[in-house]
Order: sequence, then C-alpha cells, then structure tokens
Amino acid sequence: MIETIQEMLSFAFINRALLVGTLVSLCAALLGVSLVLKRYSNIGDGLSHVAFGITTIATAFGLAPLPIAIPGVIVVAVILLKVGNNHRIKSDSAIALISASALAIGVAVTSATTGLNTDVCNFMFGSILAMSMEDVIISIVVSIIVLILFVIYYRKLFAVTFDEDFSKAIGLKTARYTNLIAILTAVLIVVGMRMMGTMLISSIIIFPALTSMRIFKSFKSVVISSGIISVVCFLIGIFLSYLYNISTGAMIVMVNLIMFILFTILGKIIKE
Amino acid sequence: MNVIDIKNLSFGYFSEHDVLKNVNMQVKEGDFLCIVGENGSGKSTLIKCILGLNKVTKGEINVNGRIGYLPQMTEVQNNFPATIEEIVLSGTLPDNIKRIFYTKEDKQKAKETMEKLQLYEMRKKCFYELSGGQKQRVLIARSLCATDKIILLDEPVNGLDPKIVIEIYELLQKLNREHGITIVMVSHDVERAVQYATRVIEIKNGQVTKDIAASEYGTGGASK
Repeated sequence: MIETIQEMLSFAFINRALLVGTLVSLCAALLGVSLVLKRYSNIGDGLSHVAFGITTIATAFGLAPLPIAIPGVIVVAVILLKVGNNHRIKSDSAIALISASALAIGVAVTSATTGLNTDVCNFMFGSILAMSMEDVIISIVVSIIVLILFVIYYRKLFAVTFDEDFSKAIGLKTARYTNLIAILTAVLIVVGMRMMGTMLISSIIIFPALTSMRIFKSFKSVVISSGIISVVCFLIGIFLSYLYNISTGAMIVMVNLIMFILFTILGKIIKE
Repeated sequence: MNVIDIKNLSFGYFSEHDVLKNVNMQVKEGDFLCIVGENGSGKSTLIKCILGLNKVTKGEINVNGRIGYLPQMTEVQNNFPATIEEIVLSGTLPDNIKRIFYTKEDKQKAKETMEKLQLYEMRKKCFYELSGGQKQRVLIARSLCATDKIILLDEPVNGLDPKIVIEIYELLQKLNREHGITIVMVSHDVERAVQYATRVIEIKNGQVTKDIAASEYGTGGASK
C-alpha cells in the first residue's frame, strides 16, 4: 500500500489533484454545513449545472472557461437565494428550473459545435488529469478566502443559520451572510467541478455535513468533523480511484456514501 | 419612563398604510404587556415595526434600550445541531458585533443567564433533544443575553401543553417582578396570559381597540 502511495505521489498531476482536492473538500464541507441546515441542499446541484452550461458555451467560443463561469455562476447563486426569500416561486422549483435549463443549453451547444468529446465528458464526470497549474492557483486562493471568512464570520453564521429573525432583530445584515455563502459556494463549485464533474460536485458539499450530523450534536463539532470527514473521504477516494482505475469523482462520492452509512449505524448504536 | 413609545404609527406593505392604522401605545418600564388580537389583526406587523424589521414611513417609534427578541420557532431548528450553550452565547452578539470570538465577559454573561434559568447543568445538551418548555427557556435565555431591560416574545406558548404554558408564564412573571425586565408578549392564549400580565392591548384591524389593566380584561373593560 505504501508503495502504491509513493508511486501515486511521483506523478505531478496527482500531486496537483491532491492539493486542489483537499482544499476544495475542506471548504465544500464548511459551506455545506450552512447550506444543509438552511435547507439549501439543492443549490449546489443547480449551480453545478449552471456552471456546466456556461463552461460549454465558453469552450464553444474558444474562451477560457473559468473567468466566465465564476462570475456567471455567482450571479445565478445570488438570484436563487433571493428567490428563496421571496416565496412566490418556491426556491426548490426555481433551482430545478434553472438547473434543467442550463444543462439543456449546455448539451445543445455542445452537440451543435464540438459534439460529446472528451472535454465535455470531463466536465460532466470530472477528470483528475484536468487539473492545470491555473486551477491549482485559483483553488488555493479561493480556499484560503473561504477559510478566513468562515473563521471571521463563524459566530454570525451560526446566529443567522440558527435563527434568521433573531439575527435581524439584533442588527445583523442577514442577507449579506446568505449572499456570502452563495458566492463562495458558486466559486467553489466552478473550481471543484473539473475534478469531481458537474454531476457529482454537489455531493461533496452536502455529504460531509449530513454524515457528521448523524453523530455530532453541537454546531462546532459538526463544522470541525465535516471538514475532517470530507478530507478523509477525498483521500481514500482518490487512492482507490488510482488503485482500481475508477473515475475519481465517482469513487469519492461512493466513499462518502459508505461513510454516511457507517455514521448512521454508529449514531443508532450510540443512541441505544 | 417609557421604554417603547409609538406615536401615530401607520404601516402597510404596499403603498397604502392599511395594515396598521394610527397606532398609539406606550410600554412603561416594568410592564408585563400582553398584545392580543386575531390572526391578521396586525400584531406581527407591529412587532416587526418595533424591532426595526419593517421600515416605518408614517408615524414614530422610539425604543429606549435594546430589545431581546424571541421569535416563533422555525422548522430549521427541529434538527439543528447546536448546544444550549452555543445558542445562549449567540445572544451576546450585539455586545461586540465586530469581534471574531466571544470574550470572557460574554461567556460569563451567558453562564449567569443559564444559571438564572436552570440551564447551566445541561448546557452541553443538544437543542432539538429538549422538550418544548426547555427549548423556550433556552430562547428566553438568549434574548436575556441580548438585553437587560426588555424582551419581546412572539407567541411563546404556541403548541406547548398547558402545564408547560403555566411554567413559561410563571418564569416570565418572575423575570418581570424580581429582575425588573419589561415584557411584551404577543399571544393567542388570551385567557391564561392575562392572569400573568399587568396590561393588555387588543388590536383589531390594525387599530388599538383596548388598552387596559390586565385585571379589567374580560370584565368588559372600557373600549378605547
């Protein structure tokens, strides 16, 4: 096993993937706690489809996808959360609507231009080979920003997530924190999508939080354990993916699923 | 001294001022005020105006001091991982909103408040595993951390069983009498609430229709 790990680490692309993956997994889990508790679990899924749509359009026009996808997805994320506060269209229907439309546009553009080639396949299901130096830099910058903001706003995020009305009454600008979460999630999805794939990126946002909530019961312990679970699942996932030559994104999600099941059983045992 | 002073307040969510019409009321220091009224009478809107969540365009609201608010419980809280301590501590946020971490004073204040409400022993317990009455006590503790003067409660006994309701009212009465906390409470549960309150204000169609001592309520107290 140690030999396999040594062999893995000798590849530059795996080192890049390990770095990006660890950072993205950690941040995704932190944001995931807020999103899951606020009942915005679906937003990650919707945004990843939007990211796919924008990326394919950018690629079709021969443009670099990241600089276009990041602002585009941010705009959609903020709109979706606004709708959620509005209640006229329920936010889950709004997400379903936007997500399906974006996916459809993406697929239509692809089939009209390049066809379903490897690039598109990589967008859909992720590729560990897709990590460029540019991705590494962007993901490091984004992750550091997420981590710093999370620590700075930790108390307020707790208050706003637990009780929005109370937070408003004590003078917190609750919309600001919701927007912040949406923007960070949007950026993270675009960055993580290359490796995890459009179809699977949202799972690393929601899985760790749900898993840790099976056992942990304070906000702080859920936040910390989600981060740890997420990184551990990622590392196990990427190792198994290398070992058995299985798609990395899929493997990571499956490890997360197994972890969730284990924690659920463990939680039941502890309760009794 | 008036802690809340409302003069000629009219409010509507659209351009017309039709939800609250020319409301005048004062809350005095030491009051235990119960605001009663049917659904849609404008009670919740009035609360939001007092808290500054609705922007008042016509009339005037003066609040002297900080209000500790106790909103209705939401669905989100049903399986939210949070300990009693974490929740009560979040009530101290307005003291130092710009800081990153809680200070020693914040933690001390939270501790004293939890002791006052017999929550300290179980401070590590998870909120959603508590009984309805205990949950309400936690939220009262949080609101007390946010203020030392006045708390405003929105339907605090909704959905609780009668024994617990009385417990909550007795706790509020104690806070009011022994600790000098002014209490403003919105309630459906008129009959029991008036036994503990000192004053009752009734709202109908956005207007104050009664503003009387609690002892006069139900005895056909004079309409205003």
